[in-house]
This record gives sequence, C-alpha cells and structure tokens, in this order.
Amino acid sequence: MADLGCSIAGIESINPFWLASAPPTDKQYNVERAFAGGWGGVVWKTLGEDPPVVNVTSRYGVHKDTARGILGINNIELISDRPLEVNLREIEQVRKNYPDRIIIGSMMAPVEEVLWKDLAIKIANTGVHGIELNLGCPHGMCERGMGSAIGQVPKMVQDTTRWVREAVGDLPVFTKLTPNTTDILLPAEAALAGDADAVALINTVNSIIGVDLDVMAPNPVLDGKGTHGGYCGSAVKPIALHMVAEIARNGTTQDLDISAIGGITNWRDAAEFIALGANALQVCTAAMLYGFRIIEDLNDGLSDFMDGKGYRSIDDFRGAAIANTVNWNDLNMNFDLKARIDQEKCIECGRCHIVCEDTSHQAITMQGNKTGGRDFTVVDADCVGCNLCLHVCPVPDCITMVAQDNDLPYLTWPEHPKNSGVV
Amino acid sequence: MGEHPVYSKTGGVLTTDEIAANFDDLHPPLNAEQASVQASRCLFCYDAPCVTACPTAIDIPKFIRQIATDNLRGSARTILSANIMGGTCARACPTEMLCEHKCVLNTGEDDPVTIGALQRHAVDHLMSQNEKHPFARAAKTGKTIAIIGAGPAGLACAHELAKQGHVVEVFESRKKPGGLNEYGLAAYKMVQKFAAREIAFLLGIGGITITYEKALGRDLTLAELKEKYDAVFIGVGLEKPRKLDIAGENLDGVRNALAFIEDIRQADDLAKIDPGESVVIIGGGNTAIDAAVQAKRLGARSVTLVYRRGPAQMGATKWEQDLAAINGVTMMHWARPVRLIGNGAVHTVHLERTALNDDKLRGTGEHFTLLADRVYSAIGQALVDTALGGIKQQNGKIIVDEHGQTSLPGIFAGGDCIASGEDLTVQAVQDGKTTAAGIHAFLMEKNHG
Repeated sequence: MADLGCSIAGIESINPFWLASAPPTDKQYNVERAFAGGWGGVVWKTLGEDPPVVNVTSRYGVHKDTARGILGINNIELISDRPLEVNLREIEQVRKNYPDRIIIGSMMAPVEEVLWKDLAIKIANTGVHGIELNLGCPHGMCERGMGSAIGQVPKMVQDTTRWVREAVGDLPVFTKLTPNTTDILLPAEAALAGDADAVALINTVNSIIGVDLDVMAPNPVLDGKGTHGGYCGSAVKPIALHMVAEIARNGTTQDLDISAIGGITNWRDAAEFIALGANALQVCTAAMLYGFRIIEDLNDGLSDFMDGKGYRSIDDFRGAAIANTVNWNDLNMNFDLKARIDQEKCIECGRCHIVCEDTSHQAITMQGNKTGGRDFTVVDADCVGCNLCLHVCPVPDCITMVAQDNDLPYLTWPEHPKNSGVV
Repeated sequence: MGEHPVYSKTGGVLTTDEIAANFDDLHPPLNAEQASVQASRCLFCYDAPCVTACPTAIDIPKFIRQIATDNLRGSARTILSANIMGGTCARACPTEMLCEHKCVLNTGEDDPVTIGALQRHAVDHLMSQNEKHPFARAAKTGKTIAIIGAGPAGLACAHELAKQGHVVEVFESRKKPGGLNEYGLAAYKMVQKFAAREIAFLLGIGGITITYEKALGRDLTLAELKEKYDAVFIGVGLEKPRKLDIAGENLDGVRNALAFIEDIRQADDLAKIDPGESVVIIGGGNTAIDAAVQAKRLGARSVTLVYRRGPAQMGATKWEQDLAAINGVTMMHWARPVRLIGNGAVHTVHLERTALNDDKLRGTGEHFTLLADRVYSAIGQALVDTALGGIKQQNGKIIVDEHGQTSLPGIFAGGDCIASGEDLTVQAVQDGKTTAAGIHAFLMEKNHG
C-alpha cells in the first residue's frame, strides 16, 4: 500500500489532505471531528485582531448543473467571528489532543507591520505548525483593505509575507494567493521575495452566483440586497490547476512549495494537482457538501491509484505532468486525431452528429439504416479531431480519438511553414 | 394506489375506503423532485426516436428540456401544440410500446426516461394555473364546420379548426363529451374527472359549441349537415360491440366490457357497483385488461381473462398483461367460449381449447367449464354504418385520402372509424389534427377558387 505521507514547507503530514481555512475549521469541535475522521491537517479559519468581525445571515449561494448537482458554492462569510482568545486556546487544545495532525494558523490584518507581527506571534505561540497569510478573501474583508485588496498588489504581498517571516522566525510561512488577478506569477514571485516557504492557492474567485429574478437582487439575498462573494468548488478546479501549474513550471517560482486548493472533490482531483506539482492539498467545498467522511475515499482512492501505477510515495509522481505542460507554441502541429464511433456501443442519441453539424466541422453524418435506426459515421476528411463528439457522447468509450500514423515529424508553430512570423 | 391492488383486510367484501384506494391514480403524479430527476436523465437526442414513435410527434426532447429548465408552461405548450389531449395521452398511452419503447436509454441504461409521467407533470401544471387558454385563434374565416362525435378525434379536429379561425359546431350522441376518454378508459387512469377537465380546457380556445344527444341517423343526416355547413368531420368511433355469437349470449350477467367500464366511470359511488363473484372476460386487448383489473379492484373473488391465442398475440401490451397478473387476474390463453349456460342468469361458461394448426386457429375439441356469474366480452367494436349513405368503406372502416377526406367531397373522417393506426386516443388526436389541416386547406382553396 502506497505511503500517503507528504512534506510541505518542512512539515510532515500523514496524508496530503488538509481542510482549508473556512467554516469547517472554525472551531475545536469541527476540527476534532475532522481529525477523528482521518484528515491530515487543517488551516484554522482566518483570525483577525479583536474585536471580531460580525457576520450576516444567509451566507451561501450555489451554482447547480441540470441534474441538481452542486458545481460550486459562493460565500459572503467573513473571517472568524469568535474572540481571538477563544480561537487561540482551542488551537492549543487540539494540538495536544491530536499531536500527529497539522494545524496551520490563518490570519489577516490591515497593512500595518505591527498588527501583522503581533497577531502572527500570538498564533505562533499556540504551537501551530505554520502561519498562512489570507491575502485572497474577495468579499467584505477586501472592502476593509484586507484579503484580496492586499493579494492583488505584489508589493503588499511581499511586505506582509516578510513581516510574518520576521515575526515567526523559522516557523513555516504560507502565503495564500487570490486568483482575482491577471497573472498569478506576480503575487507568487512577491511571496517568494517576502521569504514564504510555500504558496497556497487558489482562494475563492470573485463572483455573483446568480440573480433572484423575483426580488431582482443577487443571490444570496439579504433583505432585498445581495453582493459579490467568493466562488469555490469543483467549478473552479480548472482555474486552480492552471495557476498551480504556472507557479510549478516557472523558473522564478518553481522553488516554492505549493499547497493546492480549488475544487478538490475526489482522489482524482488530488492526483491531478500533485501531478502538476502540489506538495499538499486543501479541501473545503466537497466537505461542506458531504461532510468529513469524504476523506475515506480521498485517502483510499489516491492510495489505490498509486498502487496501480506503482508509485510508493507522493513524491514518486509529484510534478510528473509539469514537463508535459507547455505553451501552445510547443505543441506538435503534425499530430492528427480522428474520431472513431463504436457502432456496437452507440445508442443513437444523435448528439455527436448535431453538435458537429451545428457547431463544428460537419464531420459526422447521420443516415437511416435497414433496421430502422440511424448510423453515425465520421467523415475523416472533415474531422479536425477536436474531441467535441467524444465529450458529448453519453456512452463511455463509444467515441474514441485515434491518432493517425502520418510519419510526420514533431513540428511546432514557430517552425511551421505557414508561420509568416508576423504573429 | 399504484399498480398493486388493495385486498380486503378481513376477507370480507372491500370497504368503501379500500375500493376508493383501488381507484386512485394507477401512477401517482411526479413531484417536482422526481420530475427534475427524470428530466435531467433525458439526453436531448437529435432527431429523437421517441418523437418518431409518437403518433402525434410531440417534440419530446424539447418539452423535457423545458421541464429541466423550470419552464413548465412552455413545456406544456410544446406538448399541447402537437397534441391538445396530451393530458389524457400522458395517462392512458401505452408508452411502453411508443415513446418510452424507443428511448435510447433502453439501450444505454436499460431504463427509459419516464416520458409519459413527465408529460403529465407539465400539462397538469399548465391546467392547474387557470390561466388564459395558451393558444390564440386566427382571424375569423367565416367558415363553419360540423363535427359528428365529441370524442378525441372530433375535439382535436375542432380545436385545430378553431385555432385556424373557423367556427365549429360539434354534435354528440351522448350526454357528455369525451368519447372513450370519458366512458372507456380505466377509472384509475383518469381520476378526478380528468376527461371533463381536459375538455373544458380545450374548449377554452373559443369558437366551439357542443350540442349533446344528437346522433347521426337519429337526429341528424349527413345530407342536411353537408348542406348547412362548409365541411363535415365524422368522428363517430366504433359504437357497435361485436357479438360473441354463441348460445346464451342474452343471459343476465353477460355484458359488453365497455358497458361495465362505463358504469364504473360514471358511478357516483363505486361501492354500489356489483362486479360479480366469478368474472370471465373474453378478449385480449387493453379493454379486456381494463375490465378485468377493475373487476378485481371492485372486489370480485375471481377474474379470469380468456383469450383464444397466446400472450404474444394479445392486443394488450406486455405491461398491461403484467398489470392484470399482479392484480390477481387469471390469464387463460388458447381457449374460446362456445356456450354460456344459465337459468335466466349465466352461471357457467363452456370453453374449448384452441391451437394453431398450419397457421390457422382451430378448436382442439377439448372442452372444459368455468363457473361465472358475470361474462364481459371485449372482442372489439364495429362501425355503425347505417347513416353513412354513400361513403365508401373497406373492412368495416371509412376510407379517407391523405387529407382525411372521404369519398364524398367536403366530408372528412378520423379516429377509430377510419383505418389509421392503433385504436388509441393518441392516434385519434393525430387523425383529428391532420384532418383539420385537410379541412382548412379544402376550405381556403374553395374560398379562392
């Protein structure tokens, strides 16, 4: 059985699954339930200086697919609304009760050196394994000059990270980044310049989750009004994968450890982030939708995957997909795929035909057959191998994309004869 | 109450409540959650096989998508624009041999989308809103059409004609509209007077009047209708029950199954209907099943359905046959009645076993008897053709061309009285709809000509 232990910023964790700083890690009761259930660590819900913030009622909105599954949650909750002292004493207690589990203290403060340092020291003194700077909250706190208001300015990212580093000495420092920025490398480089051990990303995506068409206000509606909030859950996973990959494969940031966050719902998501270079993972929305027991299959599924591939430890495949994550200009222009439809598996729904006909390359014909059904056939000359048919087909493995053996060499756009050099 | 009947808890006769439970919805309506789950299963097929399988060609993927997007009124309009009796069809159609039979998920998941139940969900929603009728009438044409028979064919035709701006006068021989929807379908498929509610909804378009207790041949003649109206549509169905043509057919307790079903459908108090102790049903179609299952659900001790051929040849679908079986109906295949015995009232049915011999059905000469105090025959209906002077017929049905026109110009026909397809409500609606288009074209051509 594979070893799920992982190492990030010098911290050894029994498994890579930590609960992210959020409602599930708001207090001792929840955190101890999570540890009892098997989670490797938590990032405690973000702490600020007293007096604590006051939260509103109605805090979540959701985005659903047509089968009523929840694709993402948007929240407008602020940081911990409990007194700082209560949180600190509970952290101490949980550290004693679960000595083998990781607790990271998340914090935020206005952009004043003394405030950051005072709070960081208070949290460090509880015995946490590290400090995470919350520079990403895109709602409420940013209106007070904190959260994403800091995370969107590289200089402030660097300064706050540096202040915490100076305050806590050797204790691991995680800088949590906001995705609400044009280029994730800029704040990542700033975190590195501020001497962070690791970056944690992504924080939530700024969003309006929907509009109540009766009230004519954004969801969730509070007394007739709504506001933008932070979007998370499986819908944001692709955004997070990209940002993690950019940091992992970029020369100026690749030495940062990465605590990956963003829609991790199952073991496959976890493996994908690890393959793109994540050292450890943070989960929130999936637990908020199903409870802490999802850790069982996160652990079991990841372990089973690793066993199947012969990976004995996380490091055996960590970053394995980085080298294959390239710029568009490095792709092989001579690679040629054609769709193939398995007529035995086809249930004749016609989806591949109509999407290709209406929106792509008119490369799948539909013809009535002798048994009263319809035959769907790929026209190779018109098929550009785009994969659309494969994705809309409801039957597993009915449509496959087959690489054509054309004996042509690997040829990139910069080398391509049609490249005029203008663009 | 679902597909399983309620039996007596005491072994005595069924109580009023038990009978009421037995005649509640055979398939309870979907709630919003169930509808959402089912609607989300639909693949939104292109050129969908379910649509091809529907005699009225309802755009099924579209109406299901409209349920999934919470556009229930739009969904109902999609259904009703193709089939104004989509509510009855959702309840009574043998979907297992039509749309749901062709659902590609039969192959994909071994379980079709519940198209009929979804259709009911959407139509019931629209009808419960008590809003303005969803279809508007075109500008008045000044034409008036007579329709004989307020069954599904006649009323579907009337609705389409009214939509086109014509005025329609419907003549119905009975006291209520609806034809077999009102009198002939099993009660647990049409609960809460659905047939009447649907027709009230249909008439909401305006321009349609119905005159009751006016029958062709008794109160009306084709000649005078043709003279008075711009066109005539005949939708009289098949009113004459086929005879068993065996001795004892006139004994008390021997009835046509449709008459028995009509008694149930029209009853104010089901507990007052005596289904008999030992019931024998003759026939193999859906009417035979409807009679047999309802007899059992009213509390008959034993119900035996006798059919001269095997299960594969029955007109009733496999699903209907299974329904009879789980309701305790004994299915007796390969037998035919030869004589009914009784002293005033029937008490014994003499039967002969049958078999296929060189593809011909023959009696085997092996006889046996069943005790029965009720015998219901469900061996089909025939056209009453006494007042159809001059209209050409074939095999007991009126001949029509592709526009629904009979051999007499200006006189059209549709529904069970023509040979168009399965004898189903949905086919009658389609006949009414397409013939209305034929009538409209005929009248407009005449206008310009």
